[in-house]
Amino acid sequence: MTNGNANVAIKPEPRPEVPDLSMPFWDAARDHKLIIPRCRPCNRFFWYPREACPNCLESDSWEWQEVSGNARLHTFTIVYQPQHPAFQEDVPYVFAIVQLDEGVRLMSNVVDLDIPEDVEIDMRLRVKFDDVSEDWTLVKFAPA
Amino acid sequence: MSIRGKAAIVGFYEIPTQKEYPDRTTFGVMAEVARGAIADAGLRKEDIDGLINGEGVNSITVAEALGIEPKYTASMTTHGSSGATAIATAAAVISAGLANYILCVFGEARPRSSSRMVGQAQARGNLPPASRATELELPYGPVIAMNGWYGLIKQRHMFEYGTTQEQFAKMVVDQRFNAADNENAVWYNQPVTQEDVLNSRFTNDPLHLLESVMPCSGAHAVIVASADRAKSLPNDPAYILGAGGPATSHDVIWQRDDITTTPVVHSAPTAMNMAEVNMNDVDLAQFYDCYTILAMACLEDAGLTKKGDIGPFYESTDTTYKGEFPINTDGGQIGAGQTGGVGGGFRHVVEGTRQVMGRGGIRQASKADICLVNG
Ligand SMILES: [Zn+2]
Repeated sequence: MTNGNANVAIKPEPRPEVPDLSMPFWDAARDHKLIIPRCRPCNRFFWYPREACPNCLESDSWEWQEVSGNARLHTFTIVYQPQHPAFQEDVPYVFAIVQLDEGVRLMSNVVDLDIPEDVEIDMRLRVKFDDVSEDWTLVKFAPA
Repeated sequence: MSIRGKAAIVGFYEIPTQKEYPDRTTFGVMAEVARGAIADAGLRKEDIDGLINGEGVNSITVAEALGIEPKYTASMTTHGSSGATAIATAAAVISAGLANYILCVFGEARPRSSSRMVGQAQARGNLPPASRATELELPYGPVIAMNGWYGLIKQRHMFEYGTTQEQFAKMVVDQRFNAADNENAVWYNQPVTQEDVLNSRFTNDPLHLLESVMPCSGAHAVIVASADRAKSLPNDPAYILGAGGPATSHDVIWQRDDITTTPVVHSAPTAMNMAEVNMNDVDLAQFYDCYTILAMACLEDAGLTKKGDIGPFYESTDTTYKGEFPINTDGGQIGAGQTGGVGGGFRHVVEGTRQVMGRGGIRQASKADICLVNG
């Protein structure tokens, strides 16, 4: 994957290099499916993708499984000073730890709500796929 | 067998922490504080046979630059907690007889490439990712430096325990009071009020700018020796009574199950059991404070208060060097600056040593026999 033409300030940016391990996640997101690694021996979901299950240490014995897309907001922060200037036009926005009903937590944005008044810890969320370009979809969340 | 009382810090030295040392090099400032610490300990460079330094610079490279031929050498790699980990390691190495006098040196001089620039470079693929999960964070717009992560933790702490913005601000006020009397602090002579903190802008709500460290340049060094050798040296030794750690468990903060609980729940009991002391015996504390919330959560986890009660503690306690329980008597990192090269945590080691040796000058706490350091 590339960052596109470096001379043009386009979003989506930043677009980090994706390691092979997590490529299926981004491929599925493009098809508006949320998939998460699940360990076959111990049955647990985990996140982020890695070589061995962090619960039972079985290696290379997990598979991607589609999940419900239902979640709750574990915690959040409202961003005014992003690290990357590409996000300046979006401030204020919600940078959040979201907990899927299947148990794992991931970093995301909570969108489609009034900031800050409507953001609350533990609020119910539903996955929302954001097609930021033809070949890249971000996994975000909106109030359920 | 433990390291209890077997080793001591016998000398220290630091240069002022400031925004940058544009005309100096990292090895240059390391050499300056190394020479200062060796002289303070009443030793010669030839006596030094061990070297421990921070992350990012190979310890062999440092040894060669300083002209030291160590019998033992290591770079600490536990991020912010590398400073205190260096002292625990030095004490263990000396107890095991692998070296006699270990120089621990942390610092950085080059004009700091800000974390913002580093983040941007990472985003463009010009630098290796900060962690294995970086690609899963960057598309969602992380905040400058580590502010986003600590904003997330602070929000959850406020939600779970009702900790208030005023209570966080009080910690900053106390530490800036201490820094105002520390000539080596980046905020020397610049105290702030609670209103100043609360009126400073949000880099990210609920985290104010004044609750965050200033990334700085500077350097700090100490010499660790065996307790036997320490007795014949000029300074009143600061004995290392116990240690536990490291106080960092994850590269990726959101991987922790309970993000308001820190690894200090393990490291503090290990250290205090080894030292045969409990929290009532502790006179003062120097605690890693890249952000208010981190020091406050760590102090809870060390047992200073019940989990969740650190806010009311700060509200009702004078934690300045004049107070009933002094914390971060040099201003901490929030008041004195965060030295690069993971030297931020090492400042707490140096100030703890200074206080226990009774060399705090105007900032000397009235009682400083036992200091708990989380650096
Ligand atoms: Zn497993």
